[in-house]
Amino acid sequence: MSATLIINARLVCPTHSDVAHGALLIRDGRIAATGDVTAQDADIVDAKGALLTPGMVDLGVFATDLAACHAGGITRIALMPDGPPPLDNPGLIERAAKAGKPDLWIHPLAAATRDLAGAELAEIGLMQQAGARAVATGRHRIADSALMLNLLRYAGGLGLVTITHAEDEGLVHSAVATDGEMAMRLGLAAAPAAAESIAIARDIALVEVAGAPLHFRQVTTRAGFDLIRRAKAAGLPVTCGITPAHLLLSDVALGEWRSFARLSPALRQEDDRQAALEAVSDGTIDVIASGHDPRGPEDKRLPFAAAQPGMAGAASLLALSLGLVRDGYISLPRLFDLVARTPARLLGLDVGSLTIGAEADLALIDPATAWRIDARKSPARASNTPFDGLGVEGRVRALWKGGKRVA
Amino acid sequence: MTSTVPKPASRYPEGRAAFPHKHLLGLAGLQPWEICFLLDEAERWADAARTKGAIKSDALHGLTLINAFFENSTRTLLSFEIAGKRLGADVVNMAAAQSSIKKGETLIDTAVTLNAMRADAITIRHAMSGAVALIADKVDCPVLNAGDGWHEHPTQGLLDALTIRRRKGRIDGLVVTICGDIRHSRVARSNMIALATLGAEVRVAGPAPLVPECVDAYGAARFTRIEPALEGADVVMMLRLQTERMDGGFFPSLREYHALFGLNAARLALAKPDALVMHPGPMNRGVEIDSAIADDPERSAITEQVEMGVAVRMACLDVLTRAQRGVEGWA
Repeated sequence: MSATLIINARLVCPTHSDVAHGALLIRDGRIAATGDVTAQDADIVDAKGALLTPGMVDLGVFATDLAACHAGGITRIALMPDGPPPLDNPGLIERAAKAGKPDLWIHPLAAATRDLAGAELAEIGLMQQAGARAVATGRHRIADSALMLNLLRYAGGLGLVTITHAEDEGLVHSAVATDGEMAMRLGLAAAPAAAESIAIARDIALVEVAGAPLHFRQVTTRAGFDLIRRAKAAGLPVTCGITPAHLLLSDVALGEWRSFARLSPALRQEDDRQAALEAVSDGTIDVIASGHDPRGPEDKRLPFAAAQPGMAGAASLLALSLGLVRDGYISLPRLFDLVARTPARLLGLDVGSLTIGAEADLALIDPATAWRIDARKSPARASNTPFDGLGVEGRVRALWKGGKRVA
Repeated sequence: MTSTVPKPASRYPEGRAAFPHKHLLGLAGLQPWEICFLLDEAERWADAARTKGAIKSDALHGLTLINAFFENSTRTLLSFEIAGKRLGADVVNMAAAQSSIKKGETLIDTAVTLNAMRADAITIRHAMSGAVALIADKVDCPVLNAGDGWHEHPTQGLLDALTIRRRKGRIDGLVVTICGDIRHSRVARSNMIALATLGAEVRVAGPAPLVPECVDAYGAARFTRIEPALEGADVVMMLRLQTERMDGGFFPSLREYHALFGLNAARLALAKPDALVMHPGPMNRGVEIDSAIADDPERSAITEQVEMGVAVRMACLDVLTRAQRGVEGWA
């Protein structure tokens, strides 16, 4: 394979606190050298001062959407096991993993339980052999505490991280919003935000018993972040993620019953959103993911409570996250910890940084390019974004997967 | 039973500026004088009906009104139908049982179909909050919300306000207690908005799980026992207990509800001696209200509410179709 030399770039690596000017050499699909590099045989790409970053690793999406991922700078996705059909056997895992190669690597998450029904463990070990790199409970948590404990133990024993949803099923049963004035005014069934912290508290207690790692895919409430903070301080192997929606929107976005703002968990009140921003600043949040869930009008052009939850987010994940850098909540290298290195680590992958020898999954980003999120022009399979019309900054100019230019 | 105290003059701009809205989807966001305008318009129809008997107008002659009720209703549907017919319109009712919804058609498709029928106004009831707004977005003619989920039931809020104003001569400064299942009630929401906007002191009372904490956002005071909420009340509005919504274990039994929250003579004695008793109907006698109170013509305004319902709906249909009818100052 030929070599590519990307010159005149600003290198953003989550393992370095500074953004360094320099070049990066790709050889045989891997990062061969960084810094003051020259190579006679390489194709030259002049970055013209743009950011060269690790390709993003999107932890927890509900659909394989190549165009949206490439537009958004994503080179690997961890596919949620919800299906249909639920990814609960080795054959399905193997097939899902092959769907995107070589331009997008899909890491299917093994369904924790058969048919994701929450009743009995799925064949996690066989799915691991078939390529699964983590286990997930899907859109819901496992209600049965004994089963959850066994899951943590079993998956942990195989060296797999468990990824869970954190909402108490009794409280969120028919709810489509978070308790508060907005839900009251819109006449929507709502659950208290405590539905999340109740679930987190239980699972942290189970992690303590099992001594096995657990990742909360989305934590969105002040009480939830406080629990995560305390668990981390106590040395428990607990991590958590969030999507841009809960960092940037509160339940005010539900106004006029906008079904694109129907998410799971539901959008929270402003104080919880502020807590999420604090948690991303202080390092409580480990992962930012898109939760990409493209849904067409048949799922969304419905009365709010009848609409399916979820948002298309892969194409806008980078630009919305760069807003956090611009607004001073996090540094650039830290952002790529959140969107690349930590998700990769949870999946047991040696990517997500510009370390020499790592696979050359790279994005070249113009951070100042302004554009407007336009649902009608979205590269995603569906346009259900609550950010339609929002002006953002930061665009992917080029993308390499394993050293091959894919966008 | 007509109003004896002269009501305060309502001030609002001339012509269309008095009510420039295309639809009536809710009372939230309306100015006090916009609500007053609708009440004054309704009062004209109510007075006319009282003096001349069941009046027949030709104001809406040649117009087609569709009542699309995706949720069962007898009283409200009948009230809208009578209102439309008294205005001379052709009224068509579409009941949920006959609709394509049962055949899997989406609400948007139904809306587009209704729109293609070229109705001049559509009145909609639906079991889901926001569904009426969703349809209104897709049709060209005015849409009236006849109740959507837990969200709002604006004509009920207006007819209750009108009933109170006629009986009490004013709304401003009155103490109005709304008692029952506030959480799941669109009637409570529209009434809290209308009455608080018009200056009443609104209290809401019911079993704690059925009274959301955030009612203060509506300017209402929250009570979880009925007695203190009734003290000194000018108006007592009992809501219908929707037993079909009681799947969540909100209170133990109807017997207990009646014992703790039912309106009886002893409890009513806590209110002002001339306190008015209201109920949007249909009543569960012996649950939220005792028959002796409901049937007392001195205290109960329940039948007058029904009467005002027709007047309010006539007013709303008239006002919302003025632009397309080319009424002077409204086109």
